[in-house]
Amino acid sequence: MKRNYLFLTVAALLVFGMALSACSSAATEAPAAEESAAMEEAAPMEEAASTCSDYVLVPKNLGNPYFDTADTGAQEAAGELGITVLYQGPATADATEQITLLNSLIAQNVCGLAISADDSDALVPTGKAAMEAGIPVVTFDSAIAPDGRNFHVNQAVAQDIGAIQIQMASELAGEAGGQIAVLSATSTAPNQNTWIEVMKEELTKDEYANLELVEVVYGDDDDTKSYNEAQALFTKYPDLKVIISPTTVGVAATARAVTDAGLIGQVFVTGLGTPNQMREYVKNGASPEFALWNPGDLGYLSVYAMHALATGEITGAVGDTFSAGKLGDYTIEDDPDLGLNVLLGLPFIYNADNIDDFDW
Amino acid sequence: MKAENSQELKPETLIAEKAEHYSLSTLFKHWEWMLVGLIIAVVLVNTNLSPYFLNANNLSRTSSDFMEIGLMMLPMVFIIVTGNIDLSVASNMGMSASFMGLLHNMGVNIWVAALAGLLLGTLGGVLNGYLVGRVKLPALVVTLGTYAFFRGLAYGFLGDQAARNYPPEFTYFGQGKVFGTLVPFSVALFAVLAILFGLVLHKTTFGRYLYAIGNNENAAIYSGVPVSKIKFRIYVLSGFISALAGLILAARFGSTRPDNGTGLELSVITAAVLGGLDINGGKGTMYGAALSLLLIGLLKFGMGLMNIQSQVQSMVVGLLLIISILLPHFVSQISSIRKDRIRWKSILAIVAVVLVFAAFFAFFFWSRAAVIASV
Repeated sequence: MKRNYLFLTVAALLVFGMALSACSSAATEAPAAEESAAMEEAAPMEEAASTCSDYVLVPKNLGNPYFDTADTGAQEAAGELGITVLYQGPATADATEQITLLNSLIAQNVCGLAISADDSDALVPTGKAAMEAGIPVVTFDSAIAPDGRNFHVNQAVAQDIGAIQIQMASELAGEAGGQIAVLSATSTAPNQNTWIEVMKEELTKDEYANLELVEVVYGDDDDTKSYNEAQALFTKYPDLKVIISPTTVGVAATARAVTDAGLIGQVFVTGLGTPNQMREYVKNGASPEFALWNPGDLGYLSVYAMHALATGEITGAVGDTFSAGKLGDYTIEDDPDLGLNVLLGLPFIYNADNIDDFDW
Repeated sequence: MKAENSQELKPETLIAEKAEHYSLSTLFKHWEWMLVGLIIAVVLVNTNLSPYFLNANNLSRTSSDFMEIGLMMLPMVFIIVTGNIDLSVASNMGMSASFMGLLHNMGVNIWVAALAGLLLGTLGGVLNGYLVGRVKLPALVVTLGTYAFFRGLAYGFLGDQAARNYPPEFTYFGQGKVFGTLVPFSVALFAVLAILFGLVLHKTTFGRYLYAIGNNENAAIYSGVPVSKIKFRIYVLSGFISALAGLILAARFGSTRPDNGTGLELSVITAAVLGGLDINGGKGTMYGAALSLLLIGLLKFGMGLMNIQSQVQSMVVGLLLIISILLPHFVSQISSIRKDRIRWKSILAIVAVVLVFAAFFAFFFWSRAAVIASV
């Protein structure tokens, strides 16, 4: 019996060691297939500990094309600046997981963090800890509350984003107007909730009096759930004219649901989407127009922003100006709601005329 | 969940069952040592791979990430030992914290709000305990129901709002350290409670009753064990501790949202089962569960330091869990065959499993590499 246990223990340790070494050799460039090899490498790594080597772009979750596009832009900026930018995020868009990840990044003493926050409040203590450790923190896409970061790279003003979606919905609903619904991300997503508030304000204007917002539903940025929620909306509101989905996952799933249900021309989908995901639905008429900034530019600007902070080019105070390669110069502004931020630019409407000019 | 079936089958396969039980229990006596071995291996590997691993500040910061899971694991061990389950712990935690947050937003004193949160969580436990213990409904179904119900209440309390601006006296419980040391308060709290729970499980009549219920509930009833009362109590306890974990999480985040802690129940159950608890009840130890929490924490932290993606981290923990369940199976097979005939069979079986896992890993990294190359 004793021998069996010994054998099993060794077997388990082997599998385990294999798993670990397989992971580490794939994830880091250093080949660490065996412990002996790893030990030899420990020395140079320790030297590197004093001066940081990596910047990190932290999305809300991995496997989200929106953030993958931001990473593409970030890598472009990294190439121009001659720095390394890692792309590390939680598996699901969950604050608990994101905080665990950030703690391991802070522990590595990275050069800078550009974060899209899963929870604007819960990440404040973690962001503070990073800054106390001397790591500059910028947020992009979804901000941490002002105490927990140096400044925010703002993709667009909430007012513009909310307004442009109602404007598109009004165009799609036509002269007569009609019922509209919103299919959002999670009910706690800070971005989407702000935009929905703006949409509700916009709807009180006289020019939109013919539009009636019947319901706000949540697809949790999950393709299947969004698709099902969209179908539920068709059943519940047979006269529905427009679904606004202010999230890239939701808008594509909704447009697909409209296409599958044969409701093209009857229910229109608009909102925030990416050209590659939406091209099919712009062309088949399910979603004749939608808006977005370029997340690639957002990732690009975020990298320039954290690099400027890390190198001491700027301190992150109001009025500080830095140059961001192809995008030009940016100045840090203060906003009563958003705190310190830089603004990327105006949202852009994609439609059948221009969609083929874009490939991301 | 097939406890009753296997009990019915017992008379027919009495001898084989007995042999298996004997080897299972001996393995579980050794399983804690396996965990210790794995922990040592993880520490050694990580120390060699990352200069940041054995750093008191880093370990201190990361340890509090796992304490809510640890706290909820303690009563979960009791529940699993009786052969039951509580899927509602993380939802209960969200509900209690959200209720506290709601009261805080209404201007109620934070300590009153915290007490109210604890009370509500305990009431949630009472509901579970009543339905499982007194009405004798299956625990899986009851707590699956309250899993959804409690989370729903959490959204009912806070909707899409957050509660924030908790006073520093309160956030101390999630962010503070004990008396100027590097030990986070939540870790100290967990350690004290873990020892208490361990003593109750292993040194008291109550603890023996839990094992008795898990081994054979009918026999326990006929032996005069107050089964329904005990089940009621452990669910109430689970509710209370879940609420406590909710408050610790709120203190650590400095805020509350109704989706806080979504999905943590699976981490809790994973930690407990990896610790050597039999999901059908009757077996396992508190120190095994505590060791497995330590193992998962160190493993995840180490992988994080090596920038291993979180999907892969989940995969590794999942594989570890599968292996931990497979091992006793192998041992029972080995011990039921005569000694001179076993070697090649068991070696083949283990090699096969290792190859399958290796193939999975190879495929995974090959596909990842293809994706990365195409970008």
